[in-house]
Amino acid sequence: MIPGNFEYHSASGVDEAVALLAEHGENGKLLAGGHSLLPMMKLRFAEPAHLIDLNGIEELRGIREDGDTLVIGAMTSENAVIASEVLQRRCPVLPEAARLIADPQVRNRGTIGGDALHGDPGNDHPAVLMALEAEFVVRSQKGERREPANGFYLGPYLTRLDDGDLVTAIRVPIPAPDHGYAYAKFKRKTGDYATAAACCLLEMEGDTCRKVRLTLTNVGPTPLRAEDAEELLTGQTIDAERIEQAAQAAMSICEPAEDLRGSPEYKTHMAGEMTRRALHTALERARGG
Amino acid sequence: MAKHAITLNVNGQAMDVAVDSRELLIHTLRDRLRLTGAHIGCETSHCGACTVDIDGASVKSCTMLAVQCQGADIRTVEGLATADGLHAVQEAFTQEHGLQCGFCTPGMLMRAYRFLQENPDPTDDEIRHGMAGNLCRCTGYQNIINAVRVAGEKLRQGEAEPAE
Ligand SMILES: Cc1cc2nc3c(=O)[nH]c(=O)nc-3n(C[C@H](O)[C@H](O)[C@H](O)COP(=O)(O)OP(=O)(O)OC[C@H]3O[C@@H](n4cnc5c(N)ncnc54)[C@H](O)[C@@H]3O)c2cc1C
Ligand code: FES
Ligand code: FES
Repeated sequence: MIPGNFEYHSASGVDEAVALLAEHGENGKLLAGGHSLLPMMKLRFAEPAHLIDLNGIEELRGIREDGDTLVIGAMTSENAVIASEVLQRRCPVLPEAARLIADPQVRNRGTIGGDALHGDPGNDHPAVLMALEAEFVVRSQKGERREPANGFYLGPYLTRLDDGDLVTAIRVPIPAPDHGYAYAKFKRKTGDYATAAACCLLEMEGDTCRKVRLTLTNVGPTPLRAEDAEELLTGQTIDAERIEQAAQAAMSICEPAEDLRGSPEYKTHMAGEMTRRALHTALERARGG
Repeated sequence: MAKHAITLNVNGQAMDVAVDSRELLIHTLRDRLRLTGAHIGCETSHCGACTVDIDGASVKSCTMLAVQCQGADIRTVEGLATADGLHAVQEAFTQEHGLQCGFCTPGMLMRAYRFLQENPDPTDDEIRHGMAGNLCRCTGYQNIINAVRVAGEKLRQGEAEPAE
């Protein structure tokens, strides 16, 4: 399997990449790690006439702290996310999720930007970035803007990005130092996309939940934010009964498609179980466990 | 569409080739450079049979364009053995019966070669995770895990011995 014909451009800077994107309009596509795009091109699900390679742009890689925000370059590889000491200290849910993505070779090439922007409901970073209330820094010929991850995903492979938009970085507000977190992913085998997964970010005040974010992967046309479940928990003591109510509320918003990973009923059931596990683990970690 | 003239440093040798934009690295290696060690198993980035080492990282060469490798240092299974004999990972796979039909082996060897540099003294669990991008339809994996462990021991021993 070989992709169709296209013209290859290697951009050496963001301005050049944005200019090339503008020039080629809907016929141009950005190439990051290529581990979603090249397979789609082999299958002719994508047939861009121009590929603009971002791999030569050093400034798009790397992770830094900017005040109370983490700034992660869009071209930072999954393995760099896993190896990042800053992320491990400030925002460990990102490396935790990255470790559950694909396999070592894919994680060498695949980037956090490509994963977050592809719009595949099976991708793991979108739900995590929604739970973290991250923002995408978007460049186009019109200038720079920010797009919050919440509200960014409109449907399968459909996001708020337009032709001509390039994401330079992901901005993640640093969670409270004592926050609890978990990404619970159920998959059939190593390297598989989620049958269902849940992300939980949790802040506790003694036994009371001060703030919680709960999001779900691959149980709908987009990643889902379980707002009703969050409301059930906020301001409450988190006990087994609350966790069960939250899991039921999360299951009620699932609308997974049937595929080889299972029936809608099964996937919804697993989303409930992943919600329970994510909540339990996040709670334990928030309590210093 | 014009071809791209690129230079690849393959197993320590500079090689000039002209490639189409859409040419995948695995095809350049196998069809143009006649390095047929790296195999094509799935063509969908799953099986790892096409794994090669690019600038110090394991990559599935069926999912990278050759044109992206301009100037890159590439090592394939053909570059593992030296005049002195087989590489420690090759010796260990032979000794531990880490292969049956051998189709997955070039990818396994190249991944093991890089993994043991990333983690020279791994636990069995770390080996399983480190080798998770390579599928084998024959061995049931246990002998592959053993081979990687033994290769690690050989490499560590080799380093401990004073150079002759
Ligand atoms: C075997 C296998 C297993 C996998 N398993 C998982 C898994 O379990 N979980 C998971 O989440 N993913 C999985 N993936 C997908 C993998 O993580 C991809 O690498 C990722 O989805 C895309 O990232 P990329 O850097 O490869 O992007 P590419 O494939 O290069 O690009 C993807 C899309 O994003 C666009 N894009 C990329 N960068 C930018 C940017 N800076 N600005 C604007 N648009 C941009 C591209 O134009 C393209 O449309 C798997 C892939 C494989 C091959
Ligand atoms: S042929 Fe490349 S991963 Fe299978
Ligand atoms: S030895 Fe046959 S596929 Fe691994």
